[in-house]
Amino acid sequence: MSWPALYSQLVGGNRHSTSLGKIWLSVLFIFRVMVLVVAAESVWGDEQSDFTCNTLQPGCENVCYDQFFPVSHIRLWCLQLVFVSTPTLLVAMHVAYRNHSDKKRLLQGSGRAGFLTSKGQEEDLETLRRRRLPIAGALWWTYACSLVCRLLFEGGFMYALYVVYDGFQMPRLVQCDQWPCPNLVDCFISRPTEKTIFTVFMATASSICMVLNMAELAYLVAKAVTSTLRSHQRKKCKKSGRERTHNKTTHVSLVST
Amino acid sequence: MNWGSFYAVISGVNRHSTGIGRVWLSVIFIFRILVLVVAAESVWGDEKSGFVCNTQQPGCNSVCYDQFFPISHIRLWALQLILVSTPALLVAMHVAHRRHVDKKVLKKTGRGGPKELELIKNQKFQITGALWWTYMISIVFRIVLEVAFLYIFYLIYPGFKMVRLVKCASYPCPNTVDCFVSRPTEKTIFTVFMLAVSGLCVLLNLAEVAYLIFRACKRCLRGSEEESKVAWISGRFSTYKQNEINQLIAEQALKSKFAVSKKSPTEKGERCSAF
Repeated sequence: MSWPALYSQLVGGNRHSTSLGKIWLSVLFIFRVMVLVVAAESVWGDEQSDFTCNTLQPGCENVCYDQFFPVSHIRLWCLQLVFVSTPTLLVAMHVAYRNHSDKKRLLQGSGRAGFLTSKGQEEDLETLRRRRLPIAGALWWTYACSLVCRLLFEGGFMYALYVVYDGFQMPRLVQCDQWPCPNLVDCFISRPTEKTIFTVFMATASSICMVLNMAELAYLVAKAVTSTLRSHQRKKCKKSGRERTHNKTTHVSLVST
Repeated sequence: MNWGSFYAVISGVNRHSTGIGRVWLSVIFIFRILVLVVAAESVWGDEKSGFVCNTQQPGCNSVCYDQFFPISHIRLWALQLILVSTPALLVAMHVAHRRHVDKKVLKKTGRGGPKELELIKNQKFQITGALWWTYMISIVFRIVLEVAFLYIFYLIYPGFKMVRLVKCASYPCPNTVDCFVSRPTEKTIFTVFMLAVSGLCVLLNLAEVAYLIFRACKRCLRGSEEESKVAWISGRFSTYKQNEINQLIAEQALKSKFAVSKKSPTEKGERCSAF
């Protein structure tokens, strides 16, 4: 299992997304996963080996590194990307469930009727598999839930990074007095400026993804509201049309009598 | 996700590019990404471990390295290549949107059979109309991003030469210490190479912009020329028709007065000059 495998899973689930959802997936994989793999991982590659403290005391460097870096940025970003990508699989599961129940219904119906040829049945099953379900009804709720989950995970991980590392800037020097360090020792972090640049870049990409998710949620809500209003209007027109014809017929019958 | 999958994503846009666009994409992948991955990364591989300062003071190496190399060349080039290649996806999104709209229209008119949908999937769009503007915007973005990165590079590393020795006096270095950069000449060679190819890509993008504008102007002129020709022809045709009608009226009038009608020479001449 690797990033390309996750990508292929998500692209399959993306078929039923809106356009904003497709843009979100591209931003996720190009500006976050790709930058993480080709650039950020090499910046953090020597984070522990090049963490030097101004002491010869064995164990002091290990202890101080562990105190200031409880979880590495890289691992935090990997977890964030995995958690943020998985709500899309909720939608894929819902679509698979719908397809499965429709397939069952189709097979049962053809079995009862008995007039569908095997070729016709195969074509119907193929259309069922290839169709793109509209985001309405229960699927709308699943999709909206997946968007809310994504937003929560993104926000949660960004907040966690901010709290653990006291902001997005990486200092050059940290002072540590954990046992077995003999006194307050200076410890130097490797490549702090490059790490700050990449932390800011990844935080910006994360914010862009959050904005895209919020826009997609707003779009879904707006679409649902307008379609509800339109269906209400249609019902009203139908009702008034029926009333008018009813009045006409009663008028005619009254006139005839 | 690595450069290979990135290449697969970006080269899908190639179908709707111009010839110059395809050359640009090949230059990006062969002379920049490939060189970065197979050669440049190993040159810069030991940039930190090979950066040595003339002191035993712990932390001096790290601090001086951070001061002189705020961001490594390799990472800057990787970011530049990613950001410069992505405007091409604008074109891919526009094409996908057009295909979606065409599919919808076909389904509504009742011609949404699998063959027609397959045709739409494989259809190659002409770079005209709204797609022309999207394409132009993507090229402009590319040029702006390339130039921006070249400028950032110049700001961070003024001059393209990698020095052998840097002098550093940041805390905790006890005084001004000499620090030695690893493989400076090889780094200079690769820096000059990558910058030259970057410049070449900017030129290719400018050429593509000029080509697209030239093609659009030619299409406009041809369109307006054809319009004026059609107007001229229809004008002449209407004059010819009018002359024929006049002639028929004259013939009828003359027939009533004389037995034989004569065709007027001027009308004949005009008729001949209609085409």
